[in-house]
Amino acid sequence: MAAGVATWLPFARAAAVGWLPLAQQPLPPAPGVKASRGDEVLVVNVSGRRFETWKNTLDRYPDTLLGSSEKEFFYDADSGEYFFDRDPDMFRHVLNFYRTGRLHCPRQECIQAFDEELAFYGLVPELVGDCCLEEYRDRKKENAERLAEDEEAEQAGDGPTLPAGSSLRQRLWRAFENPHTSTAALVFYYVTGFFIAVSVIANVVETIPCRGPTRQPPREQPCGDRFPLAFFCMDTACVLIFTGEYLLRLFAAPSRCRFLRSVMSLIDVVAILPYYIGLFMPKNEDVSGAFVTLRVFRVFRIFKFSRHSQGLRILGYTLKSCASELGFLLFSLTMAIIIFATVMFYAEKGTNKTNFTSIPAAFWYTIVTMTTLGYGDMVPSTIAGKIFGSICSLSGVLVIALPVPVIVSNFSRIYHQNQRADKRRAQQKVRLARIRLAKSGTTNAFLQYKQNGSLEDSGGGEEQALCVRNRSAFEQQHHHLLHCLEKTTCHEFTDELTFSEALGAVSLGSRTSRSTSVCSQPVGAGSLLSSCCPRRAKRRAIRLANSTASVSRGSMQELDTLAGLRRSPAPQSRSSLNAKPHDSLDLTCDSRDFVAAIISIPTPPANTPDESQPSSPGGGGGGGASSTLRNSSLGTPCLLPETVKISSL
Amino acid sequence: MPQATMNLEGLEMVAVLVVLALFVKVLEQFGLFEPVSLENSVEDEFELSTVCHRPEGLEQLQEQTKFTRKELQVLYRGFKNECPSGIVNEENFKQIYSQFFPQGDSSTYATFLFNAFDTNHDGSVSFEDFVAGLSVILRGTTDDRLNWAFNLYDLNKDGCITKEEMLDIMKSIYDMMGKYTYPALREEAPREHVESFFQKMDRNKDGVVTIEEFIESCQKDENIMRSMQLFDNVI
Repeated sequence: MAAGVATWLPFARAAAVGWLPLAQQPLPPAPGVKASRGDEVLVVNVSGRRFETWKNTLDRYPDTLLGSSEKEFFYDADSGEYFFDRDPDMFRHVLNFYRTGRLHCPRQECIQAFDEELAFYGLVPELVGDCCLEEYRDRKKENAERLAEDEEAEQAGDGPTLPAGSSLRQRLWRAFENPHTSTAALVFYYVTGFFIAVSVIANVVETIPCRGPTRQPPREQPCGDRFPLAFFCMDTACVLIFTGEYLLRLFAAPSRCRFLRSVMSLIDVVAILPYYIGLFMPKNEDVSGAFVTLRVFRVFRIFKFSRHSQGLRILGYTLKSCASELGFLLFSLTMAIIIFATVMFYAEKGTNKTNFTSIPAAFWYTIVTMTTLGYGDMVPSTIAGKIFGSICSLSGVLVIALPVPVIVSNFSRIYHQNQRADKRRAQQKVRLARIRLAKSGTTNAFLQYKQNGSLEDSGGGEEQALCVRNRSAFEQQHHHLLHCLEKTTCHEFTDELTFSEALGAVSLGSRTSRSTSVCSQPVGAGSLLSSCCPRRAKRRAIRLANSTASVSRGSMQELDTLAGLRRSPAPQSRSSLNAKPHDSLDLTCDSRDFVAAIISIPTPPANTPDESQPSSPGGGGGGGASSTLRNSSLGTPCLLPETVKISSL
Repeated sequence: MPQATMNLEGLEMVAVLVVLALFVKVLEQFGLFEPVSLENSVEDEFELSTVCHRPEGLEQLQEQTKFTRKELQVLYRGFKNECPSGIVNEENFKQIYSQFFPQGDSSTYATFLFNAFDTNHDGSVSFEDFVAGLSVILRGTTDDRLNWAFNLYDLNKDGCITKEEMLDIMKSIYDMMGKYTYPALREEAPREHVESFFQKMDRNKDGVVTIEEFIESCQKDENIMRSMQLFDNVI
């Protein structure tokens, strides 16, 4: 119920006295009244800024954090206030919602931050007031689009690293779509571009009048007629190349139907068809007219350039997206043309030798005048005609000027989007390099910790303790956690080199010593390693299945779900080979007692190339294998271990 | 060609008229030519929005009503929050009341209530009216409350309730129930209810219920007396 309703409820109840005398049955007794303490002032301390409000104000919305008993979790008995470690500026808006019943959206804050605050305080975004709703939605949509673009770009950016097992078809298609990926594709790209240019220039040049070698026949012929063979050969060559390209694209396209319907393929077809039709047409005079028409279509070859130029594509896309504005422009122009043409025709009807012979004839005058061309081939001579003619030209300027800014702003927006995409692709490489660096950094730190730890176990003494203490308490706890995970899964974190060595060793049939040292059940682990095939992907899945099972055990989920989870990883793992050794692992690792920790790590910090992930309760448990894989491959902004949040209990 | 010349002249006239119209528009832009417009209406709108009513002081209200100082403070804060201008007009009143009865149509009953609260009949309920009414209902004696209820039923404030008035009230109350009731609402239900009410209240069977008859009959009814205790703890 809205805020005001709660205020008026006592009034509505009081007004029920009007029903009393009419009641035919005894009315129910009033509900028990809790101790009316009277209204009290609550102090809410948000990051040091104190907000004070009546308790009743907060009670207006009982299904939010501040209105329900959930706020008691944040009560600080020493100071007698509710303490929230959040943004005080945003809290102002939240509190105003309680006071006024309307949630306003701050203009200068990031919309994502605002959303997060709303989620924390238990307010649904639909509560945003009407005054700010439009803007809120627009900004959110913009953000979402941008994020979607980011993701798309990342996924598309993965393109260059195509899986090795792709077919010729896939490689061909990729070569066509991204010419920069291989040299051959680049060469092909430039060759086709060159031939398009040649073809277009040939079309143009063959109509220029050439002078003959002998000056005697003074008549001028177009070059096409003087050197028919040369032009024919050039045309044939270009068409052969275009046909070859089209057929190759058709072969390589992943979805041929979609390719056939796409605009570019239509342009290709239109570019090469006239030639073939011309070849097979008989050379008699009746159809030569049609033949000439066909030649006109050859000019469409110039549109093939749009594959080579991004600017052209943007222009085309802009025009498509502004279709409604263009339609409106056309419609209003047509209306105006008809009106003015009619008026001009009747105005000029009386004069002799007038050009305005009919209304359609007057269309030409109107169009020329409205677009301010003013050829002067049709000119009104009467006064009325001149007056209406001037009104026509004035209104023409207005009608055309109105939709043009819309088209321009659309074009600018799309153009900038494209610019951003290009910039992002350039930055992506730098980002990926940084991510890899960070990952290897944390792995090294963890491996070093293990070495130090093992030195301690073997009785290392005081000098070891010094170097251990250099790391922060946070790091220590984190590493301890990873260590626990290793012990649980009977696997170890390694770096890339040792892993590939181990892999090589496994494929040769020998077991590495590492696996035996970690796990107390060499048989189980060994069979695991030797029974799994050397393919990296499968091994990854097995490790993940184990790790997710252990994480779910280690996380704070209730014990009854754990039983279910322990069983479920079996179907989740890729091979049934896993089932038997998995059970044996359960038995050995059951007695362990490890620190239960809730982790929310955006990027898996100790990420070895085989990416066994200790994190992400969202990924752990249930069907998490594939999603955790994906999680690690997406580069998230949070890179360094310091930014990892862990709250260990 | 007389026809052609006629056409020409007609069109020339039209053209000249168009030019004159454009000229007038241009003059308007320059502010030299002000056509007659309805500018008075603009000022009227300003009047309404600046009306703001402030209640009398807290002490006076304390004297007039039976609420304590704290209670008055709480009431006023809620009232002012909802109606910053200090008064409630009938539309707002109906809207507020309808929020409590979403299933049915409470607008008629809300009108009656509004008239009962609006003691000086100026079309708006100020805070004083509001608090005075509440004081009677919540802190008054049983007789006061019955008086207030009688005042509510007596639509034309002539001191007696006729069957028609009662029927209107009854219908408005049944309207608040809405369509989905159990048992299903019959057409004659309000009328029957009114008949039973009059049988109980109308001592001298003259077809109207006066205030004395009303209070007397209610005091004799135990149910009603007991239900009056409902209102002791609302605030």
